[in-house]
Amino acid sequence: MLRIDRTTYDQIVAHARRDHPDEACGVVAGPAGSDRPERFVPMLNAARSPTFYEFDSADLLALYREMDHRDEEPVVIYHSHTATEAYPSRTDVSLAQEPGAHYVLVSTREPDHTEFRSYRIVDGEVAEEEVEVVETFSGEAPTSPNEESVPR
Amino acid sequence: MSIEVRIPTILRQYTGGEKAVDGSGATLAELIDDLESRHAGLRGRLVDEKGLRRFVNVYLNDEDVRFLGGLETSVKDGDNVTVLPAVAGG
Repeated sequence: MLRIDRTTYDQIVAHARRDHPDEACGVVAGPAGSDRPERFVPMLNAARSPTFYEFDSADLLALYREMDHRDEEPVVIYHSHTATEAYPSRTDVSLAQEPGAHYVLVSTREPDHTEFRSYRIVDGEVAEEEVEVVETFSGEAPTSPNEESVPR
Repeated sequence: MSIEVRIPTILRQYTGGEKAVDGSGATLAELIDDLESRHAGLRGRLVDEKGLRRFVNVYLNDEDVRFLGGLETSVKDGDNVTVLPAVAGG
């Protein structure tokens, strides 16, 4: 399951909307081992394409250096699909190389509704997981188990 | 002295979990061959018959080796090499 706070969730959706019809991409970094997405890092889609995304290679190095320095890992790797559903494409699956990450897919194909779904992608296998949106991570007490769940 | 090579999570299965390993060589190709001699399987994840794999980024110090000389890029003791999988998809 992915637990993500409301602010970060909204930032991901806003980024996807802003870059539509091109794909938007980025990560949410968190303390290594915490599984907590805390630091929203929107990335440039170097491909600037409605059907492909790729982090710029220099930006990628800078990002990983910074995460290393802060003892973080990419807890969430997100990107948008702008004409299709929020499900990993064959390309997404074959290029997924962070087995520990939650791969978040956002679809902006409908103007007034944004699909937001999360997956694990390991060794070419896709497993969808629940997304729970919490108001904040501080205190760390989920109010009620299903109240904040995002409908698929 | 040697060349430090930083290994991403997904390739640490070849380095016994180590985040960084040392190697030697005069070019990136030689360095990768040297690493392969102690970390069998690593080379195949970095290169294919056409050269460096498209979705693996290799940096010499701060520079993507694609903008240097690819596998023929000269390397020397004290250099830092970083391997990072591309973050990409469709």
